[in-house]
Amino acid sequence: MTGQPYLLDVDWGDVLQAIITAAISFGVLLVSVMLMVWFERKVVSRLQNRIGPNQAGPFGLLQTLFDGTKLFFKEDLIPERADRFVFKLAPYLSLVPAFLMFSIIPVAGDFSDGKDGSVTIGGEKMFFQLIDPPVGILFFLAMSALGVYGIMLAGWSSGSKYPLLGSVRASAQVISYEAALGLALASVLLVTGTLSTNGIVQAQAGGITSWAIVTTGFVPFVIFVIAGTAELNRPPFDLVEAEQEIVGGFHTEYSSIRFALFFLAEFMNVVTMSAIFVTLFLGGPAPLWNHPQFFIPGALWGFIWFFAKLLIFLFMFVWFRATLPRLRYDQLMDLGWKLLIPLALGWLLVLTGIRVAQDNNVGITDNAVGDTIIMLVIGLAILALGGALLGAAIRNAKNESGGVALPSSGQMQVVED
Amino acid sequence: MVDVIVFAISAVIILGGAIGVIALPNPVHAALSLIATFFGVAVLFIQAEAHFLALVQVVVYAGAIVVLFLFVIMLLGVDRAQELGVEPLAGQRVAGVAVGALLLTLVVGGLFLSGGGDFEGNTAITGQSGQVVPTQDGEEDVVQLARDLFTRQLLTFEATGILLTVATVGAVVLVRNRGAEDLVLDEPGTAQG
Repeated sequence: MTGQPYLLDVDWGDVLQAIITAAISFGVLLVSVMLMVWFERKVVSRLQNRIGPNQAGPFGLLQTLFDGTKLFFKEDLIPERADRFVFKLAPYLSLVPAFLMFSIIPVAGDFSDGKDGSVTIGGEKMFFQLIDPPVGILFFLAMSALGVYGIMLAGWSSGSKYPLLGSVRASAQVISYEAALGLALASVLLVTGTLSTNGIVQAQAGGITSWAIVTTGFVPFVIFVIAGTAELNRPPFDLVEAEQEIVGGFHTEYSSIRFALFFLAEFMNVVTMSAIFVTLFLGGPAPLWNHPQFFIPGALWGFIWFFAKLLIFLFMFVWFRATLPRLRYDQLMDLGWKLLIPLALGWLLVLTGIRVAQDNNVGITDNAVGDTIIMLVIGLAILALGGALLGAAIRNAKNESGGVALPSSGQMQVVED
Repeated sequence: MVDVIVFAISAVIILGGAIGVIALPNPVHAALSLIATFFGVAVLFIQAEAHFLALVQVVVYAGAIVVLFLFVIMLLGVDRAQELGVEPLAGQRVAGVAVGALLLTLVVGGLFLSGGGDFEGNTAITGQSGQVVPTQDGEEDVVQLARDLFTRQLLTFEATGILLTVATVGAVVLVRNRGAEDLVLDEPGTAQG
C-alpha cells in the first residue's frame, strides 16, 4: 500500500526523488490555483452579467499572475499593536497545511481492471500522488484541523478588534463542522474498508455503481460537501471574513505578500477540498465506466477523468458564492450541530447495520440481498424515529425557555417585547 | 543513522516547546509552544511505526484541544502577558523543582538498574519482560489497533463511550437550566412559556 518508504532506511536516490516529486506537485498546485482564481472571477462575472478579466493575456488568463506581482511590490504594513512574530508566522501556518493536504490525492493513474494506478518509470514503481501514508485520509483531517491556526492566529496577532472577531468565529465554525466532516468520512471508510487514498480509489474503480457516492447512499456526500464548504470558510459559510460585518475578518490588517499568501492558501484549499470530494465520493481517477483506452496511455485517461470531476466541484464552489446568501450565526450553529451531526451519525449506524447484514447472513430471509433490504428498511425507520425525537427535543427546549432557547433569538425576543 | 537525526531534531522541538509552555509570559505563545511539542511527539510516534497514534495526536491534541485553549483565551481576553515573578502559591517553585528532580532520579535510576532495556524481550524499566507487539505480515497498526479495540477491549471501549455520553448530558443539563432561569428572572413579562 505504501508508495514510498518512511525515513527508516533511506538511500539518497529516494530522497532526491521525494524532493523532485514534491517540487513538481507544488508547482502543479500553484498553477492550478492561479487558474482557479481566474476561473472563479470569470464564472462569477458571467453569473452576475459581467465580463470579468479579459485584458491580461488570452481570455485574461494572466490576471492572477499580474495581481500577485502587484501585491508583491506593495508596502508591507504591520500594525503597531500587532504581535510581530505571530503576525509574520500566521500566513505560513495557513499555507503549509493547504499544500500538505494535496499531497495525499491520487491525481492520475490507471485503475481499470483491478490495476492499482501505479506506473513503472526506470524500474521504479511510482504512484501519481506525493505520499500514501497508511493512515491516508486521516492525514487530511489532521491538516484541515491545523489549517484553522493560520486564521486564528492571524486574527489574534493583528491586535485589532475585527480580525479578532473573525478568528473567534473561525475557530467556532471549524470545530463545529469538523465532527460532521469526520462522520461523513467514516461512512466512506466503512464502505471502502481502507484508510489509504489509493485503496479508496481502487475500491471505487468498477464504474459509477461502485463509487462511494452511490454505495454510501448519497447522504454522506451531501453532508461532506456542506461541512467541507464550511471548513473552507467559503460562501455561504464565510462569516469569518464577512465584509459587511467585520471588514475582512482575520486578514483585515494584512497587506502585500502576506495577504497574497492567505489568498493563495484559501484557493489552494478550494482546489484540494474539491480533489478530496472527487477522491472520496467520485472514485478519483477511476473512470465513469470501463471504456476502452484509445490513443493515450491509461494513466493519462485517469488524469482526464480526475480533472473532469474536479471541474464539477470547482464550478460548484463558484456557483455557491454567486447564488447563496450568507448564513446567520445561529443558523450556522443549528445546521452543524442539530442537523448535520445527528444525520451523519444516524446514517453511519444504518450503513453499519447493512454492512453487518451483508457480511454474515443474518437469517431473516434466505439470501443476503433480502437481508440487506430488510436492514435498510429497519435502519431508515430508526433514523426517521431518531430524527423525529431530536426535532421534538429541540422544539421542547425552545418552548420550555419561552421561545428563547438560543442567545441570538433571545435577544430578538427582547427587542420585540 | 537517520533514526538518530530524526530523534535528535524532534527531541529538540519537544523540549524547546515544553520549556516554552512554562516560560513564555504570553498565554497564546505558550499554546503555540504546546503545539510544537505535540508535533515533535507525533514525529516520534511515526518513527516508532505508530502512524495512527501520531495522527490522533495531531488531530485531537494539536487540532482540537489547543484550538479550544486558544478559543477560550481569545474569548475571555486573558491574552495579556503574565508577570512570571509572582508565585500564586507560596513555595510552589521549590516544591516543583524538588518533585521534578525526584522524577528524573527515578527515571535515570530505573534505566541504570534495568541495564537500558533493549526492547528485545529483556527486562525493561518496569521490571517486567518487555516485548514489541507482534506485527503480522503487512498488517498496519490501524488494523491491529481496531481489532484489539473492538474485540478484546470492547467492554472498556463501550464503557468509555457511556462515560463520555454521561459527561456530555451532564454538562448540557447544568448549563441549560441555569440559562433558562436567568432569562426568566430577567424578563418577568415573558416567563413561564
